[in-house]
Parts: sequence; structure tokens; C-alpha cells
Amino acid sequence: MIQVVLPKNLQILAGVGRTVEVDISGPVTQRTVLDALEARHPALLGTMRDHVSKKRRPMIRFFACEEDLSNASLDAPLPEEVAAGKEPLLIIGAIAGGRR
Amino acid sequence: MSNVRVLVGTRKGAFVLTSDGTRKSWKVDGPHFAGWEIYHLKGSPADPERLYASQTSGWFGQVMQRSNDGGKTWETVGNQFEYEGTPGTHRWYDDSPHPWEFKRVWHVEPSRTDPDTVYAGAEDAALFTSRDGGQTWAELPGLRTHHTASEWNPGAGGLCLHTIMLDPKDSDRITVAISSSGTFRSDDGGKTFKAINRGLRSNHIPDPDAEIGHCVHHVAMNPERPNVLFMQKHWDVMRSDDAGDTWREISGNLPTDFGFVVDVNANEPDTVYVLPITSDSHHFVPDGKLRVYRSRTGGDDWEALTKGLPQTDCYVNVLRDAMAVDTLDPCGVYFGTSGGQVYVSPDGGDTWSSIVRDLPGVLSVEVQTLK
Repeated sequence: MIQVVLPKNLQILAGVGRTVEVDISGPVTQRTVLDALEARHPALLGTMRDHVSKKRRPMIRFFACEEDLSNASLDAPLPEEVAAGKEPLLIIGAIAGGRR
Repeated sequence: MSNVRVLVGTRKGAFVLTSDGTRKSWKVDGPHFAGWEIYHLKGSPADPERLYASQTSGWFGQVMQRSNDGGKTWETVGNQFEYEGTPGTHRWYDDSPHPWEFKRVWHVEPSRTDPDTVYAGAEDAALFTSRDGGQTWAELPGLRTHHTASEWNPGAGGLCLHTIMLDPKDSDRITVAISSSGTFRSDDGGKTFKAINRGLRSNHIPDPDAEIGHCVHHVAMNPERPNVLFMQKHWDVMRSDDAGDTWREISGNLPTDFGFVVDVNANEPDTVYVLPITSDSHHFVPDGKLRVYRSRTGGDDWEALTKGLPQTDCYVNVLRDAMAVDTLDPCGVYFGTSGGQVYVSPDGGDTWSSIVRDLPGVLSVEVQTLK
């Protein structure tokens, strides 16, 4: 099982805890993980990436194994530790703001 | 006895305030959607238990919520807002062409007759509708393809469609307002729109007959008299007696005619409320005094309503969708401030009290009168 860690606001939206598990058969990539996550929790559709283009929302970042994968190809394999379920894919709301 | 339910959208969640018809003792429920900006929420006139809410975030985008039990529980519905066809461009702040981009929903307006039909006013300005309870949304492109649309400029708050009025006596008539383009009306159910801004005057527009470019902040009507519209423009309070075809200024003796909100008493169609704000550079009330102004003559003559409102050291703002009226007799008037206070007057504005004092900054207030 792939582990995904969600930011607090998306935990509230999806009604889940900090870590969500998704099952993927085939390549483990950003695209396949997010596809599986959205299929399991439709409330998350559109909140991490565009509905149509699948482009990451500007203030969402993806990290795993201490690497910033935000600008990696959607179809690039995620690190082996993520695919093996040993390390989570971290979905982060960019640290910005403070005005509101 | 009737009850009232006040729906409050704030910068950090939604709150539902309920009371009986005396409107003296209140129950506060919330926050719903804690941490999210709730631009607006509103109930269906056809089924008051059906509510819609616009939940938005600079990080996570737009989410739409629906309740079937008056706001006790909520379910996420569709949030895919796609402009019809090739969106093209509007004007940016520097007058350069800028691509149309969906950012958020400012206002939801449920149908008067069908709980599953609801309209949404978007930034960048467009009108969307759902006929399946919010699951799917489609644009009514006749507005955004108006011949002036490529010349629309955003106001400081963005190119937002913030007012949607459905005519209770003519189901084909929809009136909308956009900052800072102006007011538009459809007489064919949203297929086509015409600009209805004749008579508006704006200092930054040299052409006195400019069809668009006016920064309309809010428009209101009494449902019993839908051809009479009241407008709070950036500067100027305006009135139309012909459903927006022509406008005249009714600012009269107001201490300043800058402001955001305007609303009309539910029982007295010539009783109008505004809340003057110092200026566009000072977004707080004048002289440290929180004063609602009431006209009983449909404009021009205004009286300050102060009883129960702070009259010293008050420097809050009241945003465009943050005033509402109930339909009880006497009419209740409600508004919410940037400081997180929600005030009620159960007697048409004569006296006021706070329902809550320390919510996050209030973005919108709506009220439902429940039988």
C-alpha cells in the first residue's frame, strides 16, 4: 500500500486522518497515486491539481524521501521506498501567507 | 412561531446562528469547514433545509458544499467550473489583455422554485448554473461573451461576479453585477445579457455614457417590487425604477456615499439600508462610529441608526454580501463585520445587538425565515 500524507485542510475536507493509504497496481507515479487518491476520496478532486490539465496547483508541493518532487514529471516513478510503502508521499500546502 | 437561521461565511469557516422569532437568544453552531474561506452560503427558497456553500482557498482552490438538513451536515459536490469554449481575454490592471481564469465562487443563488437548481457567480466574472444539486456546473456563456467583455477590468478585489438576482415575477429575468464592469440583465433565462448601467457616473470614466467600467459593489431589491433596484456603487448609492434600464443617484445626506452593502426592508419596499464606509482608501466606518443608515423614502433622505452599535473607537468594514434581512414583521436586519461581529436588529433598524462578537472576519451574511 502506498502511504500519502495530506495537509490538515484536505484531511478535514476528505474526512480522513493524516495518512491515507492507496493501492496501486502498475507503475507508482505522482499521476497514479493522485488518480487513486481522488478515486477513493472524490472530495479531493480539483484541490491538488487541475481537473483537466492535471497540472499541480501553484501552492501545492510534493515531497518524498527528503526530495522536492513538485516539478518532477507526473509520470516519473516515485522513489522505491514510496512504492514499497516504507516512506510516504507528502502533499504539502506551500508555506506562504500570514496576511489572512 | 417562526424561527430564523443566519448563515455566516467567514475567512476561517462557516457559522450557523439560530433563534426564534423574537431574535433575542441565539445558538451558535460552527465552525464548519474550519480554516477555509467561506465566501458565501445561502438556502433554497424552495426547500429551506437545502443549503449551498462556496468554500475556497488560495492553496486548494474551489470546493462546493451542500447540506440537506439546514447546515447540520454537509457533503462535497462538484467543483469543476470550466468556461464555455475558448475563454479569450479581459483587461488586466494595466489594461493589457489577460486570459480568463477561474479563481473562486463569490456568490451562490439557489433557484426560487427548484432546490436542485442553483447559480454561482465566479471570479473571473462568469455565471454558472447547476441543475443537479451542485454535482455538475455549466457556464451561461451569454454573459462572458457580451460584446464588452474583452474590455472588462478587475476591481481591487478581482473581476468578480458578486450579485445574482432572480426575478420572482419573471423567471426569465436574471440580473447580475460585476466589479468593476457594472450591472447586466438577461430577459431570456440567461441566454443573452445586456449592460444596464445608464445613469451611473464614475469619476475615473471620462465618458458619462460609458456602457461598462462602473465598480458596482452590490445591488438589492424587495421581491414584491422587483423592478425597483437599489445599488451601492464604489461611490454613490443609486436607484432604478425600471429594472436597471436607468439609474439615478439617491445618496442625499449620507456622510459618505462609499460603501459595500445595500438591502431593502422585506415589508416596506421604500425602506433601504446602507452602511457608509469612509472611502476607498480607508476601508472602515467614518469617525470611529458604526452606523447603519436607513431611508424610509426610497433614498435621498437618510437617518443614522446607532442604538446598540459602537459609537467610539470602531474601525471595521462591512463587505458587500454581509448584510441581509429576514421576512418577519417587524423586519430583522443583520450584518457582519471585518472584526467578526454579527449584529441583528429585530425592529427594522431601530435597535441593535451583537449575536456574536469574535468570529473570524465576516465575508457574507444570509438569513432564512423558517415557518
